[in-house]
Amino acid sequence: MDKYIEMVRIRFLMMLAYRTNYYSGILIYSINIGAYFFLWSAIYGDKGNIQGLSVLQMSTYVAVAWMARAFYFNNIDREIALEIKEGKVAVELLRPYHYLGMKTMQAFGEGVFRLLFFSMPGMIFIAFVFPLEFPGNAATWIFFALSLVFSFIINTQINLLTGIMTFFLFNNDGLIRAKRVVVDLFSGLLLPISFYPGWAQGVMQYFPFQAISYVPNMIFTEAYKGNELLQALLYQGIWAILLLIPIQLLWMLAKKQMVIQGG
Amino acid sequence: MYYVSMFIQYAGQYMKTRLQYRADVLVEIFSDFLFQAVNLIFILVVFGHTQSLSGWNQNEIIFIYGFFLIPFAIFGAFFNIWDFNERYIVKGEMDRILTRPIHSLFQITLERMELESLFGAVTGFAVMMYAGSQLDLPFYWHDPLVFILFTVGGVLVYAGIFIMIASISFYSDSRTSIMPMMYNIGNYGRYPVDIYNKAIRFVLTWILPFAFVGMYPAAYFLRKEEWYTYAFLTPVVGVAFFLIAVFVWNQGVKQYRGAGN
Repeated sequence: MDKYIEMVRIRFLMMLAYRTNYYSGILIYSINIGAYFFLWSAIYGDKGNIQGLSVLQMSTYVAVAWMARAFYFNNIDREIALEIKEGKVAVELLRPYHYLGMKTMQAFGEGVFRLLFFSMPGMIFIAFVFPLEFPGNAATWIFFALSLVFSFIINTQINLLTGIMTFFLFNNDGLIRAKRVVVDLFSGLLLPISFYPGWAQGVMQYFPFQAISYVPNMIFTEAYKGNELLQALLYQGIWAILLLIPIQLLWMLAKKQMVIQGG
Repeated sequence: MYYVSMFIQYAGQYMKTRLQYRADVLVEIFSDFLFQAVNLIFILVVFGHTQSLSGWNQNEIIFIYGFFLIPFAIFGAFFNIWDFNERYIVKGEMDRILTRPIHSLFQITLERMELESLFGAVTGFAVMMYAGSQLDLPFYWHDPLVFILFTVGGVLVYAGIFIMIASISFYSDSRTSIMPMMYNIGNYGRYPVDIYNKAIRFVLTWILPFAFVGMYPAAYFLRKEEWYTYAFLTPVVGVAFFLIAVFVWNQGVKQYRGAGN
């Protein structure tokens, strides 16, 4: 276990070395959130409420969605793809740790860094500029934090899956890009899932994507209450477990049919 | 002339290398297509809940989006420099570029071409044509010429902004995460700027003039006369930004001391 925690620490320190560009990142994220804020204001016009979300809740939703993304977002799919392409993965496999576990820990180190140096200061900055509504209830914060951990796990699992696919596709830049687009749309980052037409919402229930962004955002804006909230967390938990199966299967297959390209 | 023949040779080589990995090209075209669809879905879902965005209706917004895709696709095909810092500065590839006889920026442009992005222009054109036909827009004989002029203007705006950002790498060789987010900001130019407040409108017009890639030029074809002045400024702003960018780039190259090996 120690070596995995060490991975988190090392990655965190590595990120710290590059921290300057995160300040510009906060500004750019803010511009991004700001533009969505105006877009949504225009969409709401003089409607007080769309699909159970008020304008205030909606702007909070957008701000939290982007700031949470900074935490769960990582590039391990790209890193895995690169290590496979360069043949480095062969050496990695000889080392005394589980390769995927190690990647997850690196992603976690990166996530914690971004949470502390990006999301939190960013959120405070944005709260000064735009009207946002922070939950006053301590329980909401705890559920939100829990939900965010699940977001990280599920998003990382999807990244691992995309990364492992490099073993079979050799060059999967296209797939990685496609995945990113699909996650942004179906996770609820760009649009709350409740805004989609009913049939689309029905289909999306059978995918893990909304566990990444929609669920934590809805918890934060206090649009989920009581039973609904628990069900949402359960939904996240189930997906976090279910996704282990394809990862394990693909990983076993991948090791069997590994072709080292160069290296 | 020399530059044209260089371009043709590089494009030929490019086709050959790409055809080696056909499946990959297909996936990439598909992922571009998905990206375009996502934005379209966004517009459609939003208009499921509202009739107009500050007086612009659904088809007008779709039309702007269709127009935006065309310069954006051309930009993506030829100015694919978002990883310039990592690829050329951190890894020291810039040293190699500077030993080549053609202009460094042109050399990088040639090396980083991604011609399959041009398919995006086809989708954009189709989207625009569809929305246009729904809106019953009048058509004049000079429209194709204006269209080309505005498209070139839009490409130059985009290219100018991204070249300037890439040039930052000459002065500071730390990694920057600005590029990917800038792509997001680029998206706001495709919504009517009158939905934003004054500050953002100003930024999108004069500082990061993304509005000249989508909304302003498209307003001309939508026959929104109140925006004509801005629409016709498109090529001017494009050329101006591009020239400034090349100037900044040249200054940056002089600054460049070489990194990596």
